[in-house]
Amino acid sequence: MKLELKGITKRFGALVANDHISLVVEPGEIHCLLGENGAGKSTLMNVLYGLYQADEGEILLDDVVQNFHGPGDAMAAGIGMVHQHFMLIPVFTVAENVMLGHEPTSFGGRLNMAKAREQVREISKRFGFDLDPDAIVGDLPVGVQQRVEIIKALSRDAKVLVFDEPTAVLTPQETDELMVIMKQLREAGTSIVFITHKLREVREVADTITVIRLGKVVGEASPTASNEELASMMVGRAIELTIEKGKAKLGEPALVVNKLSVIDPIGQLVVNNISFDVKEGEIVAIAGVQGNGQTELVEAIMGLQPKVTGEIALGGKSLVGRSVREVLDAGVGFVPEDRNEDGLVSEFTIAENLMLDRSTGEPFVKYGGLQLAVLADFAEEKLTEFDIRAQGIATHAGNLSGGNQQKVVLARELSRHLSLLVAAQPTRGLDVGSVEFVHTRIVEARDSGVPVLVVSTELDEVVALADRIAVMYRGGIVGIVPGDTPRDVLGLMMAGEMPTGGKAA
Amino acid sequence: MSANEPVDSQLPTIAQESPNREPGQDGTEVDPGRSRWSVAIREILNGSAMISVLAVILAIVIGGILIAVTDDTVQETAGYFFSRPGDMFSAIWNSVSGAYISLFQGSIYNFRRPGFANGIRPLMDTLTFATPLIVAGLGVALGFRAGLFNIGGRGQMLFGASAAGWVAFSFSGLPFPIHLIVAIVAGVAAGAVWGGIAGLLKATTGANEVITTIMLNYVAYYFVYWMLSTQGLLQLPGSNNPKSPAMLPSAVLPPMFGVQYSLHWGFIVAIAVTIFVWWLLNRSRLGFEFKAVGFNPNAARVAGINVPRMMTYVMLFSGALVGLAGVFQVLGTVTTGFSSGIDAGIGFDAITVALLGRSRPWGVFAAAILFGAFKAGGFAMQASQGIPVDIVLVVQSVIVLLIAAPPLVRAVFRLPKPNLLAPVKSAKSQGKKAVVTK
Repeated sequence: MKLELKGITKRFGALVANDHISLVVEPGEIHCLLGENGAGKSTLMNVLYGLYQADEGEILLDDVVQNFHGPGDAMAAGIGMVHQHFMLIPVFTVAENVMLGHEPTSFGGRLNMAKAREQVREISKRFGFDLDPDAIVGDLPVGVQQRVEIIKALSRDAKVLVFDEPTAVLTPQETDELMVIMKQLREAGTSIVFITHKLREVREVADTITVIRLGKVVGEASPTASNEELASMMVGRAIELTIEKGKAKLGEPALVVNKLSVIDPIGQLVVNNISFDVKEGEIVAIAGVQGNGQTELVEAIMGLQPKVTGEIALGGKSLVGRSVREVLDAGVGFVPEDRNEDGLVSEFTIAENLMLDRSTGEPFVKYGGLQLAVLADFAEEKLTEFDIRAQGIATHAGNLSGGNQQKVVLARELSRHLSLLVAAQPTRGLDVGSVEFVHTRIVEARDSGVPVLVVSTELDEVVALADRIAVMYRGGIVGIVPGDTPRDVLGLMMAGEMPTGGKAA
Repeated sequence: MSANEPVDSQLPTIAQESPNREPGQDGTEVDPGRSRWSVAIREILNGSAMISVLAVILAIVIGGILIAVTDDTVQETAGYFFSRPGDMFSAIWNSVSGAYISLFQGSIYNFRRPGFANGIRPLMDTLTFATPLIVAGLGVALGFRAGLFNIGGRGQMLFGASAAGWVAFSFSGLPFPIHLIVAIVAGVAAGAVWGGIAGLLKATTGANEVITTIMLNYVAYYFVYWMLSTQGLLQLPGSNNPKSPAMLPSAVLPPMFGVQYSLHWGFIVAIAVTIFVWWLLNRSRLGFEFKAVGFNPNAARVAGINVPRMMTYVMLFSGALVGLAGVFQVLGTVTTGFSSGIDAGIGFDAITVALLGRSRPWGVFAAAILFGAFKAGGFAMQASQGIPVDIVLVVQSVIVLLIAAPPLVRAVFRLPKPNLLAPVKSAKSQGKKAVVTK
């Protein structure tokens, strides 16, 4: 099915989110919409999906003008959407989720589960998904949940599939698998609109690339364009994808982890007997596919995991069995993996978030009372220093873009006197400009002599930052290698194989 | 900020006065893991002050309709409406205006009584009724702000009242201010303990405080009833009724403006408590941590805040404040001895008051006075106009209903959706950012 958008304009008050955007998606084509966060990609897709009404312009499917009043209309017309945040019910099975909204029934309105299961099996088989229709969705890994979303869209005979930042939540492996799936769908004749801001993915699967900036189409690019070309189109200036960093000036080992094991609340051994150290002035990156124990390792260091055996020592003092408060007081700065869930209180203002983990004493608290003047000065200073783009310090954190939210977290953590910085997925979901900023700050912290532990599933990030790389696989460390180790070697290690000849650092 | 951005310049004030953030409308997803309760509470609390005011107005209009419909004269005149419609309109006017005038006269100032000293008495009654509601409402509101739903007001009040009452009637020999202070402290402590139990259960076992506080209400009610019917405990010696002896004069809250008015010094205490709670929530470390736990317990935990301990503290404070309402009942309102009905439904009205006041301390204060006025005026309305006091209860209930459904109020008054602010705002900042990036 051919999809055509003609001159779509969508305004929110004074802001023009989409300014006369036109694009054509041919049948059996993967059309990438590339743009920074806030460029207007999602607004455009919400217009397409009937969630918003366009102020101007029209949507054509096979040259017929469409008039969508809601997602139901769009679905009926053959448009399917795979949302960034899945619209699935975790306690339902795969089959139940897929049939939700158009349940097949037999006589007397009874649910025809067999038919739903059959549908799931049929579509799974067509695309080589290994999916049990009776599995509970909540138990499935994120990548597999996404396939359920895809099946859900396909089961409604979607001819145009919109993927809204589908890889934001995926591991590199799952991303690769998704790419394969997208290619299969293309072969089957489905038109795909792929929204992303990750350049590599674009170049891998796209047939056509449309770059959007500030709500306008700034140009089309071919998949052969270089990363630098695409990035500069996206942000309107040249971007350095690898940050410059000098040689590490190594000091004494600061964080020493020895024979650490973690058992999670359901009794599984998630971190298995690992040992490593981080020296002063060094960035050690924990690489690995999501879910191989990195999260739990970080939580163990931060005092967020109850069942920890082995040793974690910072500057000679043990951190095992300490409360989060004590770990923070020991000078550990923490950038959590999920900033919305763990890093920020979105209802709090920027200023309040900047003192979130510093409410125990001076300078922000005196005699049990908040020092609002001190806090305001501090927040104003950090707003400038970290280039947090907001109306002011009273803006609620929830109203900030992801990049600015992350800057708030970084500003808070880096403004304490640190003896260790732990940054988990520090740039997940950020646009190119913010990634650069965050990376620069992390390297600056290193250069000031702070030991840094970065956990990332993005190989680009690991390679850009790390002085040494520890690769985790199934709770253990496969090996610790120098920061300049080739990607293919790292890739193998992430799959659990220690390549022969790979030397430990 | 340039002059061609009029929307922009207004936004900060709007944002500060009414953080109209409904979850999920500005990019932050409603996260499925968080409890439905807290989402619901937040939706209600984030409604603007305007919604509260309009809800009251709307409820009064609905009350007026009910008064008109149930009025005998109106019904009679409706029978010949088409021959003489004027009769019915004047009958409606008479009944509704009469009702609300008597409500006013019963709650604020009665012009029919001679002299200011007599005319102002209804206002004194209103403030007297409002006094326990203020502190109990603050207690519930404090819980709301920390994401906890304290429905145990009744139990906490009963325990607060019993402890204060027991000290007040049995500790003879203590001089006036000391006896009173000891009684107040005992009552507050008892309320705190009873609230704290629910907090401790939540902190240690994760038991839902909605359920535990409701159940603790029953435990408190029957326990206090048993104590009131047992000689040697709370029962008046030599009596068979489940009622306590009268409070000793040395433990009674003295009247503020002489004995002709019911208003007692508890009202001043309530004002002081309101200031304290305002400070606690907006200027103290503890309040900061309470709110952090209420908004996002995960982030609070990662930031080193001991979430279970905070929950216990919140319920201790909440219970203490509600317990103080019980103290006001026995040492201020009814000093002749109390029965197990001493809570007078204030524990539940407090929830309404906290909602109407949007859990802001001064909002709660204002809401409590409004409800005090309803209580004082309701009786006057019944006495002078023959309108059942239940109409006032209906008005109160409609207020809650409307506050719980802000979209309904917005639809009635054709207010813009508050979420329109969010996209403009965030989009604005993005637009700005983009300009700078260029």
